[in-house]
Amino acid sequence: MSALDTPLPVPAARRGLRADPAVRMLAYAKPAWAWLSVAVLAGVGTLACGIGLLGTAAWLISRAAQQPPIFMLGVAIVAVRAFGIFRGVFRYLERLLSHDAVLRVLARLRVDVYRRLEPLVPGGLPGGVTSRSGDVLNRLLHDVDSVQDLLLRSVVPALTGALVVAGTVVVDAWLLPGAGLVLLACLLVAGVAVPWVTSRAGAAAVRRVAPARGELTADVVDVVHGCSDLLAYGAAQQRLAHLDRADDELTRLSRSSAVSLGLGSGLTTLATGLAVLGSLLVGVPAVRSGRLGEVVLAVVALLPLAAFEAVAPLPGAVQQWGLARAAAGRVFAVLDAPQPVHEPPRPAAVPPPPAVLAVEGLRVHYPGRDEPALDGVDLLVRPGARVAVVGPSGSGKTTLLLSLLRFVEPTAGRITYGGQDLAHCAGDDVRRLVGMCSQDSYLFDTTIRDNLRLARPDATDSDLRDVLARARLDHWLDGLTDGLETRVGSLGAAVSGGERQRLSLARALLADPPILLLDEPTEGLDPEAEAALSADLLAATQGRTTLVVTHRLDGLGDLDEVIVLVRGIVAQRGTHAELAARDGWYLQAWRQQRGELTPLVG
Amino acid sequence: MRPLDPRLSRYARATRTYLAVTVGLGLATTALIIIQAAVLAHVIAAAEQDGAGLAALRGSLILLAVVIALRAVVSYGQELGAHLAAAKAMSQLRHALMRRAVALGPSWLAGERSGELALLVGRGIEALDPYFARYLPQLVLAGLVPLAVVITIVSADWLSALIIIVTLPLIPVFMALIGIATRQRMHRQWRALSTLSAHILDIVAGLATLRLFGRAQAQAEVLRRTGDEYRRATMTQLRLAFLSAFVLELLSTLSVALIAVSIGLRLLHGTFDLETGLLVLILAPEAYLPVRAVGAQFHASMEGVTAAQRVFDVLETPVPAPSGHVPVPDLNAAEIRLDAVSVTRAGRDRPVLDGLDLVLAPGERVALVGPSGSGKTTVLSLLLGFLAPTSGTIRVGGTDLAALNVEQWRRHVAWVPQRPYLFSGTVADNVRLGAPDAGDADVWAALRQAEAATFVADLPEGLATRLGEHGAGLSAGQRQRIALARAFLRDAPLLLLDEPTAGLDAESEAAVLAAIERLSAGRTVLLVAHRAASVRSAERVVVLHAGRAGPRRALAVGGPVGVTA
Repeated sequence: MSALDTPLPVPAARRGLRADPAVRMLAYAKPAWAWLSVAVLAGVGTLACGIGLLGTAAWLISRAAQQPPIFMLGVAIVAVRAFGIFRGVFRYLERLLSHDAVLRVLARLRVDVYRRLEPLVPGGLPGGVTSRSGDVLNRLLHDVDSVQDLLLRSVVPALTGALVVAGTVVVDAWLLPGAGLVLLACLLVAGVAVPWVTSRAGAAAVRRVAPARGELTADVVDVVHGCSDLLAYGAAQQRLAHLDRADDELTRLSRSSAVSLGLGSGLTTLATGLAVLGSLLVGVPAVRSGRLGEVVLAVVALLPLAAFEAVAPLPGAVQQWGLARAAAGRVFAVLDAPQPVHEPPRPAAVPPPPAVLAVEGLRVHYPGRDEPALDGVDLLVRPGARVAVVGPSGSGKTTLLLSLLRFVEPTAGRITYGGQDLAHCAGDDVRRLVGMCSQDSYLFDTTIRDNLRLARPDATDSDLRDVLARARLDHWLDGLTDGLETRVGSLGAAVSGGERQRLSLARALLADPPILLLDEPTEGLDPEAEAALSADLLAATQGRTTLVVTHRLDGLGDLDEVIVLVRGIVAQRGTHAELAARDGWYLQAWRQQRGELTPLVG
Repeated sequence: MRPLDPRLSRYARATRTYLAVTVGLGLATTALIIIQAAVLAHVIAAAEQDGAGLAALRGSLILLAVVIALRAVVSYGQELGAHLAAAKAMSQLRHALMRRAVALGPSWLAGERSGELALLVGRGIEALDPYFARYLPQLVLAGLVPLAVVITIVSADWLSALIIIVTLPLIPVFMALIGIATRQRMHRQWRALSTLSAHILDIVAGLATLRLFGRAQAQAEVLRRTGDEYRRATMTQLRLAFLSAFVLELLSTLSVALIAVSIGLRLLHGTFDLETGLLVLILAPEAYLPVRAVGAQFHASMEGVTAAQRVFDVLETPVPAPSGHVPVPDLNAAEIRLDAVSVTRAGRDRPVLDGLDLVLAPGERVALVGPSGSGKTTVLSLLLGFLAPTSGTIRVGGTDLAALNVEQWRRHVAWVPQRPYLFSGTVADNVRLGAPDAGDADVWAALRQAEAATFVADLPEGLATRLGEHGAGLSAGQRQRIALARAFLRDAPLLLLDEPTAGLDAESEAAVLAAIERLSAGRTVLLVAHRAASVRSAERVVVLHAGRAGPRRALAVGGPVGVTA
């Protein structure tokens, strides 16, 4: 299977049939074709054994009734037993080979999707920058997984079925042409017409049922998540009655899809029976006229009973094709997404610190948006200076940070460090210069040590303890029985919001970047924790070039400059004292936040 | 895991009818299978041995046609009935489940459970469809057909009957043996698989962070290795699963082959007749078919059974004690008094509330402040009747709250939670939640009072604008003001506010505070907050710390709120 271990090229987007995501996915799976073909052959062998068993047995019994010498039956007796044994063996092989080949394709696809995804996160996912990008990635992995259904439950059974049908019909027609025709007609009804009609009826039913199902789901979610509000306002019974009506409607609508499924099942049974009856109607006169040997009549009449096993999985295969095709479409949407940042072919070196970071006329316009996110921003950060970026939500603060990290390409303008345009440097080099600690820093499902060492793989435990102390986590760490070995992350020990933010601060400090970006580092914490972390952050960044995005205005007095971004434009700039003395967004926001600190009445 | 849980027919009555229909149709199918085999054997034998033509076989062929038509009708009816019954049973389970969830109330639904329940009502219950349509009919046939086949052929050919009687029970026995032998390994494999799949998810979900530290490229290699391990682990597990399928397949085909060969040999010696031989050959595979089908459908259908069992677990959770019947005293005169109230949540050592004393005089405005986790919200849950105290009493004008009719009591309470829930429906529907009969003019008045009229008027369809799932399209501040309008329209004497300005931007906060000021006039108010700005209008501040009330305290400028003196 060495062919599968070489990297797979992702087929380019094409026109026509080749643009169909399912077909593109089949092309992607090309290295697995050889093994899948073997699996299909094993599948054919399985079904052929079943058909062969019944056919040979029918012949054996009919011939034996004529009481020939026993050696005339020897081959048939061996064949019957062999078919009986090999059916199971072939089935086992078919499953093993097809699953192994498909799982190899999947493993490969996962890595390819990851490699394509890497430059897209967080700036260029289809749908833009959202806080729910974790969800998007999660669903994407599901879509990758459902590609296996395309091969295992659609292509393989369909090919197997088609080959077996063709083979059986040829053999039947060789025995008696008329019987072959009858069998072919009935198999086509059961294997093509029925799946086609039921899948169409099914799709139509899904379209009709979908709104009712949506309504019901919304009602269920409303009752479950809004239970407190409903009970408090005495509206629970009324809402449950509404839900019952939606439920009745859904149940009523699902009746028509039950009818089409019933018809499909009835028609398949009918086609099987008619094939047997038809074969008899053709076969009995043929025996009389001598065109068919009498012992072969049993074979011709009973063959259809076994042959219909081949078409049984076809309705399911059609359905799976549709589902997997949609999933493949979503996977290709990611694989085809344009790269948000172009890595220079011959990257320039990032000048050694300390140097001046300058943002000149920076404009970022996301494709598909009406307004630019940043529209001509200028900023000068001297070594060791600390600058705050504030402003209403959606004003472009996060985009500024993403640009500084080279996760987003400027539409116009440039960002320089020591005079070097950072667009000409490698992204990873820029991110060694500029580090970030943000509210949604991800904690991996591993130990505290491994999570921290991500920032500096060669850090010693004393380095780790040092940054944890600077993030004021030393006491917390002392309280953990497993110390640095304690697991955190989704399956690890519960870590509070404040500890999570502090861990990500410690990680950023360990990376020790010459320029540190802090993105709403205290967001989502309760006021006490927020105040404590803010103070610690200011202390920890003393003397380091720092850019902090925040909505919390008190404590900005120590910073060298405050930039107010409003709708992608620098609306105000100056020190906290200057801005608090001037009319404008800053003063207004400052007053509002101070408002909460006025003394209580009484 | 039982193949048919009797609770299913108890909670979903549609199951009973369906089971009766399925057994009836199963009997019909069994009879038709045997008649069809007999007619087929007769026709083939007559044509092969006696050279009979179509004319001579006319009667038999017509009978065969009738049997074929009937089998098609039965198969149609079975499939149709299965899906109809499944739809009906799912509807009945949903109905019972939702009512139970509401009866169990918000404290039961708290946390992860609400999400789990929504998933169970949706996708979980849907898994019953294959159980009804694929599994149950095959289960019935697996009980009927082999029996009928054995009875039919035992008098004609006891040897073949014996082969079936011996081999057929071996199928479930072998499958169970393989199941027992591999259970440990399967379990270990399953755990390994879920760890690996979580690991893959972890890497992809943390991609942005990996890039930030320049570690994304290196992780591609880790992902490749993990993916490889994942494939190997999956294959190990599949090999075990396929093995039991192999045994199933082998036993059923091999016994048919044995039967065919033994019939052939006896025909050769002239101790047997062709028609019986053909009958046994046609019938023998039919005995194994439903057993194989049950085996093949087993895993797919168990998903439905598992879902059903989780439904039954919820339905069998005891509901809290029913509410009392004492009429609610007039809150304009009655004080609300909490005496030594403690609440301990199941599975926690430390009580959430620990002997809290609190008095709300009629018309008084009290603010309850304290750090997160100090039990502030629990006090509101108690007053809303979502929760009963573990010890201590809550009295309203001298009457125990538990003795009051809870629905009537809630009519005297307006509640604005920290994250109000907006229902799918129009803006007007949402404001009318507690007063369904209020006219549009009243709704507008409430919206004006709540500082919400301006933005509602700007919505594309005003009051009739539909709010999507979770009220998408409105900001947190706007949602809060819709909830305040709800409270205005409710016009209740007791107002409970739960951190109504938490997480709002400065402008929204100002608007919400103004609306609260207005709403508080002439009502008894209990406000939970950890921000000082929102307690400005309070006459009294109670500081809650670790479930106990601290002394009354004015808050200092700039000092962190909620530290007991």
